[in-house]
Amino acid sequence: MFRVRFHGRGGQGVKTASRVLGTALFHAGFEVQDAPRYGAERRGAPIFAYVRADRQPIFERGVIVRPDLVVVVDDTLLTLPAAAVLQGIAPHTLLLVHSAQPAEALRAKLKAPGQLVTIAPREVAATGLQPQGAMMTVGAAARLLGVVPRQALESAAGEELAALPAKLRQRSLALTLDGFDGVEAPGGPVRELPAEPAEDYDRPRWIALPFEDARIASPTIYGAGTSMLSKTGLWRVQRPVIDRERCRRCVWVCGTYCPDNAIAADAGGYPVIDYDHCKGCMICLVNCPSHAIAAVVESQAREAAAAGDAP
Amino acid sequence: MTRTLLTGNAAAAWGARLAEADYVPAFPITPQTEIIELLAEWMQRGAMAGRIVMLESEHSMLTAAGAAAATGVRVFTATSSQGLLYAMEMLYTVAGWRVPLVLVNVSRGLAAPITLEPDHNDVLAVRDSGFLQFHCATCQEALDGVLLAYRLAEDARVRLPVMVNMDGFYLSFTREPVRLPEPEQVRRFLPPFDPETLYFRAGAPRSQGVAVLGGAQYSYFRYEAHLASLGALRVFEEAAAEFARLFGRSYAPLETFHTADAEFAFVMLGAFATKAKQAVLRLREAGWRIGLVRPRLLRPFPAQALVEALGGLRGIAVIDQNLSTGMGGVLCSEIGAALLRAGARPVVAGYVGGLGGRDIPVEEFFEMARETKAAAEAGRCPPTRLLYTEEELRQTRALQAIAMAE
Ligand code: SF4
Ligand code: SF4
Repeated sequence: MFRVRFHGRGGQGVKTASRVLGTALFHAGFEVQDAPRYGAERRGAPIFAYVRADRQPIFERGVIVRPDLVVVVDDTLLTLPAAAVLQGIAPHTLLLVHSAQPAEALRAKLKAPGQLVTIAPREVAATGLQPQGAMMTVGAAARLLGVVPRQALESAAGEELAALPAKLRQRSLALTLDGFDGVEAPGGPVRELPAEPAEDYDRPRWIALPFEDARIASPTIYGAGTSMLSKTGLWRVQRPVIDRERCRRCVWVCGTYCPDNAIAADAGGYPVIDYDHCKGCMICLVNCPSHAIAAVVESQAREAAAAGDAP
Repeated sequence: MTRTLLTGNAAAAWGARLAEADYVPAFPITPQTEIIELLAEWMQRGAMAGRIVMLESEHSMLTAAGAAAATGVRVFTATSSQGLLYAMEMLYTVAGWRVPLVLVNVSRGLAAPITLEPDHNDVLAVRDSGFLQFHCATCQEALDGVLLAYRLAEDARVRLPVMVNMDGFYLSFTREPVRLPEPEQVRRFLPPFDPETLYFRAGAPRSQGVAVLGGAQYSYFRYEAHLASLGALRVFEEAAAEFARLFGRSYAPLETFHTADAEFAFVMLGAFATKAKQAVLRLREAGWRIGLVRPRLLRPFPAQALVEALGGLRGIAVIDQNLSTGMGGVLCSEIGAALLRAGARPVVAGYVGGLGGRDIPVEEFFEMARETKAAAEAGRCPPTRLLYTEEELRQTRALQAIAMAE
C-alpha cells in the first residue's frame, strides 16, 4: 500500500491536491482512500491530508503514521513543530518539498533520514498562499510514485478542478503537468512499506487511568490568559506592517477591529502589532482610514528580518 | 453502474437522491453539512426534484420531517451529535407516530468537553427511540444503507423511521470507491412510496399521537412498535436479498469476516471495524484463527445471529466506541446478555476505545487479541479496559499543567 501525507496551510489547495492524487491513482487502477484532516483551524493554519492506494481493498483508516511519501506544499512548515511534518518518517520515506532551497541543504537542516526532493516555486503570489504550488507539487508527487501515468494525472486534475473558471483551470492543469515533468526520483520511485507482522509488534503501553477528583478531572481551564500560549501568528502568510509616516495614531480603529486583540498602543500612541498572535487576516488593513498598513508576504518579511532589515 | 470516489457524506446524499426523496428538512452541523449542501445544490440546479428547507433547529427539523412523512411523502434528513440530542424529544415522538423516514446521523462525540471527532455515544443515546439503526463501515454502505433504510421504513410490516449511522471524519470526509447504482435499477428496488393510510391532509383531519392514560393503551402502542422493530429483521433480510440480486452487494444484519473456523473474534460497530479486518488478516498470517463480527443492524438487535456467530468461540473482544457512564460499553453488555440468555459462554473481554475519534492502531488490535486469548485460557472475563496509553496521559498532564488543574 502507498501511504502519502500532504502538509500545507489552510487555503493552499492541499485538499484539492490530495484529491487530484487520489483520483489519479484511482484512474490508474488502484483502490484509493483520501481525506483532508480538518480541525478548528483557519486559513493559514497548518493542515494535512492523506492518500492511501493499494491493489486490494483498503481496511486501514485514519491518520497515516508511517508515510512512504510526505508532500510539503509550504516549506515554512518544515521548522514548525505544530505542523508535525516529519512525524513518522523513516529511511524509506521520500520527502517532496515545494521550496526554492537546494534539496541537499534542506535535507541536512532537517536531518531527514531518507531522500528529499524539491520542486522550485514559480512565483510567490501577493497573497503569500501560492495555491499554484499545490498543483505543481501534486504533479511531482504523482511522478515520484512511479505508478501514475501522465494521462491519468491529467484527467484526474481535469475532474477535480472542474469547478474552477476556465482560465485558472487551464493554468492549474499546466502547472500540475509541469510538476509531473519536472522531477526525477533520486533513488527510484517511492517504496511501499511491508505490513507490520502480527507476531512482532510494538506493544501498546496501556495504563489504567487513575481516579482523580473533579477539581482536576473536569475540562476546566483555571489559569487565566492561556490563549497567549497559542501562537496564532504561525498561521500568518501575510504580515500587516504599519507605516508610521502615514499613521494618525487612531489605535481605537485598528485596535478595535483586530479580532485577535493583537494591536496595542505604545507610549507615543502608535499602534504596535503583536506578531506572535496576529494571524494575518488583514482586517486592520481594510479598516485603517489613512491606508497606513501594508501587507507583506510573511516569508519575505521573515527573510528581511533575518537579514537585519526592519520589516 | 459507475464506480467513483465519494466521501461518506456524498454517498449518503446520493442515497437520498437515488431514493428520490421528496422533502428534506435540514439544519447544518459539522460533520454532516456536506450532505445538505450537496442536496441543496442538486435541487437548485434541477438535478434532483423535491424540496429542501432550512429549519431553525434540529427539533423543528425532526418535527417537520415527521409531519411531512405523515402526509405520505418520502422524507430524508440528516444530523449529528448535539443536533441529534436536540431533536431527541421528536425522535421518540415521530417514531410513535409510526411514520417512515430516513435520517442519516454522522457520529460525533458529545459535549462536554467539546469535540468534532467521532464516537457512538450520540447514536446510542437514541437507541431506544423506536428508530431502527443501520450502522455503516464504508462509504458504499452509506449509500446502500439509505436505500435499504427506505425499504425497511416504508414496509407496511415495519413503518418505523430508520437511522443510518456513519462515523464523522473516518467516513464523512473520507473518499472511497463507491458504485453508483443506475436510477432505473434503484426504482425497481425502491418504487415510489405507497403511503396507504398515511394521507394527513387539511381536508382529511385526524389526530395523531393521541393521549392515552391508564397504561393499557400506552403499553399496547409501545409494544406494537417493539414488535414491528423485531419483525424488521426478517423484512431487512428480504430486502437485502433483493438488493443483492439487483446490485450484487450482500448485506446481512450481521457482517462476519473470517469467522467460519475462528476461535476468537473482534466485535465492533462502524468504520473502525475495517481496521479490525486489517488486524484479522495479519493475525491469520501469523497463525491465529480469528475473525470479526460487526452488527450492521443494531435496532432491531440481531441477537440470534450474534449467538450463532459468537456462541461457539473461545473468546471475543468487544470494542465499544462509546461509554455508558457508570456501566461501560453498551455493545458489550448487550452482547453479553444475548450470550448469557442463550447459555453460550465464550470469554468476553470488553474494551472501550476510539472515544472522540481517538485512533485505534493495528498494534492495539494485536494486543487485544493476545489479552483475549490469555483470558480464555484462564477462563475469566477480564475487567473492561480503556484503550489509553502512558504517552496519552503524559500529554494530558502537560495540558492540565497549563490549565492549572491541580
Ligand atoms: S487605524 Fe491606521 S492610522 Fe489609525 S492607528 Fe491604526 S494604523 Fe494608524
Ligand atoms: S492582520 Fe491586523 S487585524 Fe488581523 S490579526 Fe493581524 S493585527 Fe489583527
